[in-house]
Amino acid sequence: MAEIATFSNATQVLEPFKGVKKVTIEEYFSSGHRTCQGCESALVMKLMVKAAGPRTIVLGSTGCMYVANTTYYSTPWVVPWMHTQLGSSGSAALGTAAGLKALMKKGKMKAEPINVIAFCGDGGGADMGLGAISATLTHKEYNSLILLYDNESYANTDIQLSGSTPYGAHTTFSPPGKARRIMHTRWKKNTAGMLAAGHPECRYVATVCASYAVEMMNKVRKALSIGGPTFIHSLDPCPKGWDYDPMLSHELGELAIECGIFPLYEVEEGVVKYYGKTKAIVDGRPRKPVREYLLKQGRFAHFIEEDLEYFQGKVDEMWTKWELPGVACFKKDGARAVAG
Amino acid sequence: MTVATQAAPAAIQEQEMLISGSEAIAEALTLADIDVVTAYPIRPYDTVMQAIAKKISGGKLVAEYIVAEGEHSQFEIVKHASTVGARVFCGSSGVGWAYAMECLVVTPALRVPMVAMVGNRALDDPGAFGVEHNDALFVRDLGWLLCWIDSSQEALDTTLIAYRVAEDRRIFLPIAISADGAFLTHSQAITKVPSKSLVDKFLPPYHRGDLQLHPDNPITVAPQVNEDWVIEIRRQNNAATERAYTVIEEAYADFRRVFGRGPENPWFEEYMTEDAEIILMGMGTLSLPVKVAIRKMREDGKKVGLIRLRWFRPFPYEQLARALRKARAIGVIDRDYSFGSPFGSGVVATEVRAALYNAEHRPPLIGFICGLGGREVTLEDVYKTAEICYSAAKAGKTERATYWLGVRE
Ligand SMILES: Cc1ncc(C[n+]2csc(CCOP(=O)(O)OP(=O)(O)O)c2C)c(N)n1
Ligand code: SF4
Ligand SMILES: [Mg+2]
Repeated sequence: MAEIATFSNATQVLEPFKGVKKVTIEEYFSSGHRTCQGCESALVMKLMVKAAGPRTIVLGSTGCMYVANTTYYSTPWVVPWMHTQLGSSGSAALGTAAGLKALMKKGKMKAEPINVIAFCGDGGGADMGLGAISATLTHKEYNSLILLYDNESYANTDIQLSGSTPYGAHTTFSPPGKARRIMHTRWKKNTAGMLAAGHPECRYVATVCASYAVEMMNKVRKALSIGGPTFIHSLDPCPKGWDYDPMLSHELGELAIECGIFPLYEVEEGVVKYYGKTKAIVDGRPRKPVREYLLKQGRFAHFIEEDLEYFQGKVDEMWTKWELPGVACFKKDGARAVAG
Repeated sequence: MTVATQAAPAAIQEQEMLISGSEAIAEALTLADIDVVTAYPIRPYDTVMQAIAKKISGGKLVAEYIVAEGEHSQFEIVKHASTVGARVFCGSSGVGWAYAMECLVVTPALRVPMVAMVGNRALDDPGAFGVEHNDALFVRDLGWLLCWIDSSQEALDTTLIAYRVAEDRRIFLPIAISADGAFLTHSQAITKVPSKSLVDKFLPPYHRGDLQLHPDNPITVAPQVNEDWVIEIRRQNNAATERAYTVIEEAYADFRRVFGRGPENPWFEEYMTEDAEIILMGMGTLSLPVKVAIRKMREDGKKVGLIRLRWFRPFPYEQLARALRKARAIGVIDRDYSFGSPFGSGVVATEVRAALYNAEHRPPLIGFICGLGGREVTLEDVYKTAEICYSAAKAGKTERATYWLGVRE
């Protein structure tokens, strides 16, 4: 079977939406899901696939966005959707893209650019599936997007801590008690920065937060049209896991950015670009104190002053001592970590 | 079930090559025009991936060749490629197959007709490269169809048959072809390699139909079902496995029609069983020493025969009960172990015993565990099995149900 010479690695042309009024009205993630009230991750799903459009295949790894979203007979997915294993988002993206490519290249399927998106939670992506995501980001001849929706816990299994859970948070595996107030003493992994730094041929890595919906959708569109494998990390407030009033989801997303806890940026062809309030912080605008964010959430209700100071110190370090503030944790010459 | 064979035209369309079992599979994969293949190194199966890589770099085959970062990903990648309609191939050995276990579980449940090769290898620990069948047997309850081969020719033919069976819409299940590490993966033999046009007459293209994941067919695959539906889905899987009895027979008959060769009985090879008092059984390449030993024993007037099982799933229990009907004793040689099993037998012996439970004629059955970790099954070992079977036949019962043979005391 001969290779068809005209085959190219083309992607869809997806121009950025120029403002909220220009966003398309068609929904590809509709009713039928059963997530909690105020679930930001469900909004991320909706915006992600709205940005991608109808010629898209979505693969979803195990987690809330599988279990709560695709109860048999009531799927919300208008585009083709398939489950993949907890640690398999990278492999799902790669396998789907490779299958399509082979069939089109050999003339067994009509050639057209089809978006391939695989999503994963923080447990599935930043912990279990990290190796597979890393591998996929080196396969530059296959176009795909891996989107990690980070609700900062293994939420679906009843809120257990993951490598992406913030320091000190109360989860069912880290309950504060008399003998130990802080059970979870690890600092959150820097997943997007790590993946951007570690994969020199990956053309696009970005962080997003659905509180800034148009920006988020435009990053998805860029990730899908730039070519090759790409990665987006989304911070998603989760009322159940973070323990707050569901109406605060949007506000908590904003606060995470304004406090400098979760920076919004993209790394396109190796060039770092900060976005929105994060850019303002980089340009010198003061960050809001982290306590404004932390004390709105029940998962930090056990924090005492000392914990808040420690948390603030670590975030300060990210902005004052990192060579690339908020992105890469290599320290500037002479800088040392805050004692902890 | 006799089929007219057209040996003459087929012969012209085949050429002979001196190739190993792994190379024979790579020839078949080229003829089957696979679309996506994923590799990860582990001995001894990796020889097949080396052979495919050469086919691709040499321009004989156009396929996506992906070197995964572990077996879990290796199997997930092809699983997903298959759901969009690609013909896929994968494989592993020993602990590599074990590392992929989660993916091996979901593949039949998703009705993905993947074909995989298992280069059978002992599991760790301690480390050993040699053959044991426990790796492939992990998946025996999950909907994988399993077969064992014993020659390069059978490797090539079975690979083509495997795609034909797996991709039959009545089946849509994965198939693992087991090849004994070293004895088959690395040993060369003269093998008939058919032409592409002949293969096209036997193997239609893979069509996933309304199960294909594509924007023109926007389905949701594998939604969360819980207790509402899971048992119905399991029963569908079971029904497909049962249909495999018919589909496999059809495929072998058609194979004989197109290629003018191949066995009449897909399920097992019978060697000198016609008049046999003692029937030995086993899977894979132990057929070689057993056949040699049988010929020697026959010179001494001992009527011993061999049944070499090809298909372990679906298990040919009715066909076996018929074939074993005249035996005075049965000796099953297992190149595997099943600690704590009934009678401490290996897996095959336990299955054969179960297959005979409803049979009218139930001769003594003795299990032998032999050749583990790639240790050679010697002629002496085989003589010993026959001797034990003969005394059981005489006594009408077994002294012990299971023996370990060729073991240092
Ligand atoms: C291999 C494997 N181990 C464990 C589980 C159990 N499990 C199901 S969902 C889930 C939580 C996943 O967490 P995350 O990826 O963060 O997604 P979330 O539930 O938070 O949306 C876990 C651990 C599983 N499905 N598969
Ligand atoms: S637990 Fe969190 S992520 Fe899961 S459905 Fe509820 S709000 Fe969404
Ligand atoms: Mg999570």
